[in-house]
Amino acid sequence: MATATITRPAPQTTQARKSGFRQPRRKLTIGRIAAIVVAGFIAVLWLIPFAWATVTAFKSETDAAAPDVTWVPPSGFTPDAFVKVFQDGNIPLWTWNSLYTSAAITAITLVISALVAYALSRIDFKGKKVLMTVIIASIIIPPPVLIIPLFYQMLALNLVDTSWAIILPQVIHPAMVFVLKKFFDQIPRELEEAAVMDGASRLRIFTQIILPLSRPILAAVAIFVFIGAWNNFLWPFIATNDGGLLTLPVGLQTIKSAYGIQYAQNMASALLAALPLILVFLFFQRQIIKGVATTGLAGT
Amino acid sequence: MSTSTLSRPRPENLRTSLNRSNNNLSGWAFATPFLVFFLVFLVWPILYGFYMSLTGKSLTGANDSLIGFANYAEALADADMWHSLGNTLYFTVISTVPLVLVALVMAALLNVGLPAQWLWRLSYFAPYLLASTVVSLFFTWMYNPQLGLINEFLTGIGLPRVAWLNDPNVAMWAIVIATLWWTVGFNFLLYLAAMQNIPAQHYEAASLDGAGAWRQFFSITLPQLTPTTVMIVLLQILASLKIFDQVYQMTAGGPAGSTRPVVQYIFETGFTGYRLGYSAAISYIFFGLIVVVSVMQFVITRRRSA
Repeated sequence: MATATITRPAPQTTQARKSGFRQPRRKLTIGRIAAIVVAGFIAVLWLIPFAWATVTAFKSETDAAAPDVTWVPPSGFTPDAFVKVFQDGNIPLWTWNSLYTSAAITAITLVISALVAYALSRIDFKGKKVLMTVIIASIIIPPPVLIIPLFYQMLALNLVDTSWAIILPQVIHPAMVFVLKKFFDQIPRELEEAAVMDGASRLRIFTQIILPLSRPILAAVAIFVFIGAWNNFLWPFIATNDGGLLTLPVGLQTIKSAYGIQYAQNMASALLAALPLILVFLFFQRQIIKGVATTGLAGT
Repeated sequence: MSTSTLSRPRPENLRTSLNRSNNNLSGWAFATPFLVFFLVFLVWPILYGFYMSLTGKSLTGANDSLIGFANYAEALADADMWHSLGNTLYFTVISTVPLVLVALVMAALLNVGLPAQWLWRLSYFAPYLLASTVVSLFFTWMYNPQLGLINEFLTGIGLPRVAWLNDPNVAMWAIVIATLWWTVGFNFLLYLAAMQNIPAQHYEAASLDGAGAWRQFFSITLPQLTPTTVMIVLLQILASLKIFDQVYQMTAGGPAGSTRPVVQYIFETGFTGYRLGYSAAISYIFFGLIVVVSVMQFVITRRRSA
């Protein structure tokens, strides 16, 4: 009984969870058919950029640059652009760089945010109110304001052109601390009190009671942070010049000049860069959508 | 047996019985890892950035000395600064409206109870998972004046070609369209989650009273969504004010500076012009703008929850 209550996230999402975003089956009326038509029209519009990029990527460069815009190229579809991008390009390297920096950012963010959120939720220590206020206030600091001093700091710390320069400044998410704290607040204290009486330490309570009960919110925060880190452009763009360290978004920016007007290769690169997260999304759609809906209003 | 039971604190006395200094110690111990990063990579840069804005610091190391508020005075008289700030505000205004309205329409359509929910959610939300660079490559290609899909469509239905990214009057709208496609899925999800939280009884009662779907949307759904709408609008304004990536990648701020946002101006004065101090001063003017909007958001949400 108690566990059922605990595993629920913030109240506003309780119902969405229960219904799982599903609606009861209703009969087809004119209104519903109209809704399907309009929704379908928007969906087609939204899929066109993907479709056009895919068609272009499978054309020969000659066909892609031909003045006649065609969905079926005269000389047929060819995977040449992908082969060329794989042979000459750095897409696998950039993907790897994005993967390990984003994973490191997500891991560090989760650990340090959950620890401080637990203290803010459960421990009555001196200065807690001030700490809470400062963390909440810092949510308003927009990352672009930090780029100049942060870059100067990276120079001073001698971290420019290292992965640390990309990772370290991206692990502070005050809004996520707040999201976690709100979730911890809802976990009944009785569960810990039993453990305290058995002589368990704070750290033990945190790792063995609080964290297992918080899996849904930890997953939501991890998803939010990972997507943000994976797609971040401005900071990694500033922090690294070393070609070997470029992340996918930053690396892609360099291909325009490298390939010039090789349209098929540009689209092949863009699609390859898009693929990892789209695949992850196809597999974890429910979790990702739930995660974004849970953290979305607090984040940004 | 009985003594050990007695010595155990009773649950209701637990908090008072725990040693206070022990609490202080463990509280700060749990906070320390976060605090270290917080102080080094957020608090210090934001303070040092302000100090930099009061110096003539440059990447060439020319003048490190304090020059008071001279950078701010220069920025306030800098036509390029105002132009870029104006572009950012213009983008914020013309992007927020469609980014909220289209998201609402998408969510309302799905909330009617369409079959294959996952398919719709996938098509509307998928672009949000793309990096800005991918979006820029897609749209630069579609906006291509001669070979682009969009102009092909326009000439196909007898309309003139548009020089999307090369026409100063159109370029910002081209950026807005790309941004709408890219990020509307996020607002759409927030709306959808909020709509599905509206209790079904509201609709049942309205149905019994003979209110149609249209009526129900305007008299139940929309009013119930007001708090969500306020939050989405404010978050969207804050997000739009930070515009940089897609502009830098698609037009590099052009043509003729017509799309250059203030974040790009900060970036350029700092890293192309090497004037770190001046760039930091513009950052703080931009920060002031964000603070004003955030305080508005705070006041509104406080009033709502109070």
